Amino acid sequence: MALEKFTTITSTAVPVPIENVDTDQIIPARFLKATTRDGFGENLFRDWRYDESGREVSNFPLNDPRYSGQILIGGKNFGCGSSREHAAWAVHDYGFKVVVSSFFADIFRNNCLNNSVLPIQVSKEFADKIFASIAVDSNAIFSANLSDQTFTIEGTNESTKFDISSYKKECLQNGYDDIDYLVSIKDKVEAFESTRA
Amino acid sequence: MKTLFDKIWDSHVVSTIEDGPSALYIDCHLIHEVTSPQAFAGIEKRGVSVFHSDRTFATPDHNVPTIDQHIPIKDALSKFQVDKLTENCENHGIECYGLNHPYQGIVHVVGPQLGLTQPGMTIVCGDSHTSTHGAFGAIAFGIGTSEVEMVLASQCIMQPKPKKMRITVNGNLADGVTAKDLILYIISKVTASGGTGYFVEYAGSAFENLSMEGRMTVCNMSIEMGARGGLIAPDQTTFDYIRNREKAPQGADFDQAVEKWSELKTDEGATFDKELVFDAHDIEPMITFGTNPGMGTNVNGQIPILSTIDSSEKESFKKSIDYMGFSDGDQLIGKSIDYVFVGSCTNGRIEDLREVAEFVKGRKKADSITAWIVPGSKQVEKQAEEEGIVEILEEAGFKLRQPGCSACLAMNDDKVPKGKYAISTSNRNFEGRQGPGSRTLLASPLTAAAVAVSGKIIDPREVAKL
Repeated sequence: MALEKFTTITSTAVPVPIENVDTDQIIPARFLKATTRDGFGENLFRDWRYDESGREVSNFPLNDPRYSGQILIGGKNFGCGSSREHAAWAVHDYGFKVVVSSFFADIFRNNCLNNSVLPIQVSKEFADKIFASIAVDSNAIFSANLSDQTFTIEGTNESTKFDISSYKKECLQNGYDDIDYLVSIKDKVEAFESTRA
Repeated sequence: MKTLFDKIWDSHVVSTIEDGPSALYIDCHLIHEVTSPQAFAGIEKRGVSVFHSDRTFATPDHNVPTIDQHIPIKDALSKFQVDKLTENCENHGIECYGLNHPYQGIVHVVGPQLGLTQPGMTIVCGDSHTSTHGAFGAIAFGIGTSEVEMVLASQCIMQPKPKKMRITVNGNLADGVTAKDLILYIISKVTASGGTGYFVEYAGSAFENLSMEGRMTVCNMSIEMGARGGLIAPDQTTFDYIRNREKAPQGADFDQAVEKWSELKTDEGATFDKELVFDAHDIEPMITFGTNPGMGTNVNGQIPILSTIDSSEKESFKKSIDYMGFSDGDQLIGKSIDYVFVGSCTNGRIEDLREVAEFVKGRKKADSITAWIVPGSKQVEKQAEEEGIVEILEEAGFKLRQPGCSACLAMNDDKVPKGKYAISTSNRNFEGRQGPGSRTLLASPLTAAAVAVSGKIIDPREVAKL
């Protein structure tokens, strides 16, 4: 099933400079009762974004009118905790195409890649520069260039390289999907099984 | 010379993509109601059938109520999810242990109990605590729903090979110090992110001397330091546990399997990307005070002073203890607690219930405490009935509920109210994990039992002396 193709994203960013953002904050467990992949964006960061009566918490970055865009900048160890792919669906459904952090939890990173969201890991120093440039100008523009594997702060033209396996890069660029790939190598799987029998 | 992890991983690689992941063959796939419906919808949309329906096993656990399981689930969304699991399994010929089935329970309690979990296997489930099964010397880890779909469609997932870490704990745990304390201690040292990118092998006498259930508690929480999973080389304790379990090899097949399983150990001289060594004598009963499992201390300890925290972590640390309603430097002993939860895939097994029952026998639950004791499975529930644990608990003022994940993630009605404190034997103390605004302190079943009796944080060894 073809996924969205990932191209270069040039956008303003939303900063969430909190460390150890776990998947229970990204999407609390009580919202995991859906049986489709849609609609999780409205509950992204639910308990930080809304108070108990459902009113917006005005100083949470997603509610702050100064911030918008397709790039989410998180603190260190972003996405730790549960394996719920709903966290990646929520991020994607809200409209983010890129998540930047100085450190990602493994499963969340994988889940993003399987949902056309590009996780970009940068150094702590570069993450600090990104947060600083948003603090100076909330309309600061950033570019995530997948083919060059660079993330750029457009205002200062400071750029950093990021890692991604060439396989995953190709998948994102072309909208390929692991499931189609695995189904296509079924004969290899069967051959493998016959060697173990 | 290979590590145990390498031996199992390498023997399951179907193919490898250059500068990319491997197609890793999966021996056993466990599913539950919350992370599987979109995967079934996915294969149906593709027009692909389940490749090996006999390698996937299902049970509802995450959202099920823990009372009145004999009547239809009242929450419409939960009911729909549980019904969907039954329907998907029926449509695709997958064995499902539904509500009221004698095998129903938390997937990670059910798998080992039935003998589905065996040494040398690769085991996955759409749940991060799949690492539990590593206790048997298996590579077991949590996956996302897209990967659940991969396994249904091809019995494989695409995975890059993680790095390897060995955590050795020498010596024996002191009395009153349990497997839960051991893993909470390790996580407090490694931090909530220190294991990210690694698969852990636990080695040394502290693990070797644990029962299988204790080993499961340890491996269960590997993910809480960011590691994808953790495993322990199988030994006689492992084989004795598996013998005669329904899904395990039987008779001569079992003996043959044991011969093969006995080879599953790290070769002498094999190297790890990272090695950590601890001493069991340094470990005391542990408790967490913050909002990630790495924020733990021994129960007699105090919350670190803010000025001692690394400047880059100060803000997060402050946010965390503010959420908990604590101050830096606070002693934990003596703080009042409102709720006690004993259960979950970390500590919802029969040994955990035995430990609690033995402790509360002849004592009474504190009036101020609301306690939820939730067995990990129908089989654990049955055993607790047969062993008289249910009566002991009732005499002490507790009631055994019905199996499920319950207050570990509070998807059902078992929610800790805003601002209230819970001592929990589960695995995560994240903000709102046990209900919006709830405050969780992780501890062992023994410590949880002591708190349930005293109403406040106490060293279980002190109560035992009273």
